[in-house]
Amino acid sequence: MVTVVHDNIEQTEAKMSARDVSVFYGSKKAIDEVSIDIPTEYVTAFIGPSGCGKSTFLRTLNRMNDTIPSARVEGDITLDGQDIYSPKLDVVQLRARVGMVFQKPNPFPKSIYDNIAYGPKIHGLAEGKDQLDDIVEKSLKRAGLWEEVKDRLQDSGTALSGGQQQRLCIARAIAVDPEVILMDEPCSALDPIATAKIEELIAELSGRFAIVIVTHSMQQAARVSQRTAFFHLGKMVEYGRTSDIFTNPHEKRTQDYITGRYG
Amino acid sequence: MSPIILLLLALGLGLAGWLAARARAWAFRRESPDGRLSSLPTYHAWYVALWIVIPVALFIVVWSAIAPGLVTQSVLASPAAADLPAFGFQRQTILNEARAVATGAARAVFNPQAQELVEPYRDALSRFNLIGIAVTVLIAFVGGTWAFLRLKPDFAARNRVERIVMAILLAASLVAILTTIGILASLVFETVRFFGMVSPIDFLFGTFWGPDPMSSADNPDGSRYGAIPLFWGTIFIGAIIAMIVAIPLGMMSAIYLTQYADPKVRAWVKPALEILAGVPTVVYGYFAALTIAPAIRDLALQAGVSNPSSESALAAGLVMGVMIIPFVSSMADDSIAAVPGAMRDGSLAMGATQSETIKKVMIPAALPGIVAGVMLAVSRAIGETMIVVMAASTAANLSANPLEAMTTVTVQIVAMLTGEGSFDHPATLSAFALGFVLFMVTLALNFIALRVVKRFREAYE
Repeated sequence: MVTVVHDNIEQTEAKMSARDVSVFYGSKKAIDEVSIDIPTEYVTAFIGPSGCGKSTFLRTLNRMNDTIPSARVEGDITLDGQDIYSPKLDVVQLRARVGMVFQKPNPFPKSIYDNIAYGPKIHGLAEGKDQLDDIVEKSLKRAGLWEEVKDRLQDSGTALSGGQQQRLCIARAIAVDPEVILMDEPCSALDPIATAKIEELIAELSGRFAIVIVTHSMQQAARVSQRTAFFHLGKMVEYGRTSDIFTNPHEKRTQDYITGRYG
Repeated sequence: MSPIILLLLALGLGLAGWLAARARAWAFRRESPDGRLSSLPTYHAWYVALWIVIPVALFIVVWSAIAPGLVTQSVLASPAAADLPAFGFQRQTILNEARAVATGAARAVFNPQAQELVEPYRDALSRFNLIGIAVTVLIAFVGGTWAFLRLKPDFAARNRVERIVMAILLAASLVAILTTIGILASLVFETVRFFGMVSPIDFLFGTFWGPDPMSSADNPDGSRYGAIPLFWGTIFIGAIIAMIVAIPLGMMSAIYLTQYADPKVRAWVKPALEILAGVPTVVYGYFAALTIAPAIRDLALQAGVSNPSSESALAAGLVMGVMIIPFVSSMADDSIAAVPGAMRDGSLAMGATQSETIKKVMIPAALPGIVAGVMLAVSRAIGETMIVVMAASTAANLSANPLEAMTTVTVQIVAMLTGEGSFDHPATLSAFALGFVLFMVTLALNFIALRVVKRFREAYE
């Protein structure tokens, strides 16, 4: 079955684009020929039932699947027209440009300051202590966490609440000034208030970074994204404006999923 | 022989009680209107069986301790024992001989006097065996009947059985603790005796070690009991040289095994490394004494050291370090593997390389476990004896030169206990003081290790 792509989406310049991407775990095909363009201007949401491959596909975009020995990727994925699976590409550089936030907040067992300074240090972004301080402050401000933690930057990042930890992880990701931020169900471990804060933050960050968010919650996709792709059984079934996907899906499977028939 | 028979008897009675109680519980169940009991019939059965077996087992323990004494008492009371030598060694030999013949362990006696005692012994043994069996049955019967009579349809047998099981488990865990306390008590007793003869100041701060077991025990020369050279040798060999070898190698192998190794390689290398931990230390001792120590001496000769010793702290320390590698590596391996995969993914997703991830995230997160592993390895190394005996000699030597012969606390404990001095000579007693110091140091290391692990355990949860 071919993916249905709505024809009313504007042709914007794609930050990342995937063409006929398939992912295998051993001999099992987890993703089947997915093609999609990801623009900088919008937040793109991947929705679909558990096990549909949306997270797997997300992880191919910054090559995090490399850490799974049995995983194999076919097809082309480009970042600004450059093939990210080319042997010439340095995966370290790629991940600096395509950051990631995980399902469960995973701050390092270091101080809040060191959590943020980690990326800038390994990528050599700061020339001295002052510049590093600036980056830390700027990243925490952008992530809306500065007011809450500015007086205790030396406390452990793991001592924060779950929602604060997740915003710390977002701050950590934006500290290296990426072009794309991938979020893998960033609110699934958080309570509604913390979730609302993260969603606000996503809205603030959108436009500056291309944001791709995987989510289980259709309401969340509707709230935060402008583009939505529906995945089912390893295939991308439908892709279009979020408002169209939720009000006027072209595919029966999409409609069944968003009306709660399965999932 | 006799306690085993009594135990089998108790188990048989317990089984009978078990079956009877279960049958009774089933009968309750049939009679009760709703066919339910407050506990399952097996719990009633176990309740009665435990009330039979545990009191009997306690009796057997006590009985097997006092029965031989009672037998001897009754033999001595017999007329045949009247003309035995009054006290001491001879009397004991005769009694032992008679006993051996009476129980069938020996066929005949050398000593004619013992021959007369065989019959009384046989009588006493069979009499006390019968008493033992009778008391066993009596206790089993009383315990079993008491428990059996308490059975009722609404009797909470399950809760009681659970409580008894908990008590048994508690007793099992107390054995280890009580043993530790017992060891400590015996050490303390002898140590206090030693410090009554030699001042603790001389012992702990003196720099010359050379106890003379042949000297007068009444007025020992405190200046010959300075244990500093031993402490230094122990630290130098066990905590410095061995750790310089073991920490880097153990850490690197743990990092390789957890982070880089192919699962197939890991499946081979990890067990191989753990086999190292099972090699008897005396085998390492051979290796140290026959291969490493001469090699070090030859190297020292070539390097221009005049007249190097054929036994050296370096040889013992190096081999001990190799021996300790599996301890460090397996603790480090476990704690690195226990760092959540999310930490690693988080770091890799920031664009860190694998080695940056290991150095800056994995190892700091695993540090408590690694530190604990190193502490345990140190306490293992300073308690090691064989390698040092074979490769580093018994000469107490206060020196920072690793090529010199040195000795450690454990080696001197062996030397003093197996020496020629009498048991109450300060030279012999010094072994207990040394053991006490060693015990306290390793206890402190283990304590610190546990505290470190506990304090930082939840750092990434």
